[in-house]
Amino acid sequence: MAEKMTYVEASREALREAMQSDETVWCLGEDLGRGSVFGQYLGLQEEFGPDRVVDTPISEAAIMGAALGAAMVGTRPVVEMRFSDFALCATDELVNQIAKARFMFGGQSRAAMVIRKPTGMWRSSAAQHSQSLESWYTHIPGLVVVCPATPQDNYSLMKAAIAADDPVVYFEHKNIWGMEGEVNRAHTVEIGKAAIRRAGADVTIVSWSDTANLAEQAGARLAEEGISAEVIDLRSLWPWDKEAVTASVARTGRLIVAHESVRAGGFGGEVAATIAEAVPGARIRRLGAPRSLIAYAPNLEDQMRVTVDMIAQAAREMTND
Amino acid sequence: MSEPGDDGDNRARSIALLRMMERIRAFEKQAILAAERDKLVLGAIHPSIGQEACAAGIMQAVRRDDILLSTHRGHGHTLAKGADPLAMFRELLGREGGCCGGKGGSMHIADFNVGMLGANGVVGANITIGAGAAHGLKLIGSDRIAVDIFGDGAVNRGPFLEGLNWAAVYALPVLFVCEDNQWSATTRTRTVTAGEGAGARAAAMGLPVTTVDGNNVEEVAQAADQMVARIRAGNGPEFLHAITYRQTGHTSFDQAAYRPEGEAERHKREDDPIMRQRSYLQEMGVSSAELETIHAEAQAEMAALLKEAAATPFPPDDTAFTDVQDIGSPAKEAF
Repeated sequence: MAEKMTYVEASREALREAMQSDETVWCLGEDLGRGSVFGQYLGLQEEFGPDRVVDTPISEAAIMGAALGAAMVGTRPVVEMRFSDFALCATDELVNQIAKARFMFGGQSRAAMVIRKPTGMWRSSAAQHSQSLESWYTHIPGLVVVCPATPQDNYSLMKAAIAADDPVVYFEHKNIWGMEGEVNRAHTVEIGKAAIRRAGADVTIVSWSDTANLAEQAGARLAEEGISAEVIDLRSLWPWDKEAVTASVARTGRLIVAHESVRAGGFGGEVAATIAEAVPGARIRRLGAPRSLIAYAPNLEDQMRVTVDMIAQAAREMTND
Repeated sequence: MSEPGDDGDNRARSIALLRMMERIRAFEKQAILAAERDKLVLGAIHPSIGQEACAAGIMQAVRRDDILLSTHRGHGHTLAKGADPLAMFRELLGREGGCCGGKGGSMHIADFNVGMLGANGVVGANITIGAGAAHGLKLIGSDRIAVDIFGDGAVNRGPFLEGLNWAAVYALPVLFVCEDNQWSATTRTRTVTAGEGAGARAAAMGLPVTTVDGNNVEEVAQAADQMVARIRAGNGPEFLHAITYRQTGHTSFDQAAYRPEGEAERHKREDDPIMRQRSYLQEMGVSSAELETIHAEAQAEMAALLKEAAATPFPPDDTAFTDVQDIGSPAKEAF
């Protein structure tokens, strides 16, 4: 049965249920007892106590490193990085340690954990609190990369991430914490499976995270103009659903990949190159941020955005000729 | 500390300490031969020759199911924790049946069967991981403890502060050990370290600090026994600063020409932990013949095991794609 939830409530409910059913699941991060920055943990310390919802020092390397040690002795940590930007303080711990712990020790160890990284542009937060760096982590073997865009996916994918035996880097978009939607607790989502948000025949628009919501709006606008866009929300970037995208582009012949992160080196390039190889003759466009920095002033911040208009315009141009 | 003339238990323990140090040194001497003479060890190895008292003295104080995190210079700790030296040699040679299946090599040796959760190729990185292992143990209500060993070079890295602070704040069951061989790779540590160094920094975070002569295995063992007992009783983390000396270069290929002439030779002559323990045992009445037998047995054991390891095949090619991850595994899709 579906119930109304916001995006932030959805992952909180998923975490609460996981903690209720498995006492080895625990979470650690700064200010969790007060819900953390965006209320993702509200009420959990009251319910599960300070040993399982741990208020930590501002000490990202220790949070991440400690999570690995605790995972290696059989617990399942959920790591809160507060802002994805701050996770860079724990890059060695994530990239050199967590991602490699299973392989380089010959499979003796798992590093089952979720690393939560609130991501993206949100209300004049400027250069160190706004970045979208998800493509970096797709480049690191050992890591799973998940980017939910709706309350239902934030519920179902959080459950899947906690249940996974791999380290899952989990990007929640800060701009949509308050987004409401129907959530069915019985609905499961397999990591690696895209969602076809809108079926269409003329052009395939691939996106993820909050940009997938913009792509869906663009799809609706295009429909009014008689352009049939298929909108695919990848939901996870590693693994990503090549089959769904390939099948779609094989039908439409046109692909737009749109993401909030910087276009150069963004994951859109990987999607574009893969489809160029898989679907010869497909026409491909990439939309991403200019290779500049996110500023504080709203008009400057807006220069970095991929908008509904830009996605729709790209589709018009591609379907015009 | 045990004195010459103590009872048989002490004598047996002191002999066991010597035997472990002899085995560690024999292992590493064979590993160096395998690297330099036989070209069987392909990657860098970082010997702990001259530092064996730390490994032998500390590891005898813990249980097989206790946790160990170590460094790139970790052969001794691993062997003393109870790891199988044949699997270790196979790992150094990158062979099938190596403790990490040939995927880790010397710098990533791990044996989870004996609680050895990994040597680490990044200086200081194991400090927070060890604190976290202790955190996990406490969370699940285990009476196991973690031992987290690092070198003096690590005290200038951020994880030293973050990991010690973490362990102290949550009163975790972890023994931090600074195995101070006085060299940070090829730079003398005190020339790049402000203040009083490792112990003072740990004390500033409220950890009880014990400083020992890290080349006196009896002193190391006695200190470790007491610290481990307190930690297991739930009294929170402690810090052991063991002063030793790295007799070799940073790696087996490093001739260490940057050291003042005669420094290493003086340590080998006057301060070698194996030589000192042999003298101690002789004072205790152990015969030269018995000491020679211990030495010869260690040599023979490790020479035979290296030979056996060298006869093992390399791992199957497709294991390059196994144990990376379940979801999005390269076993299905590597490119």
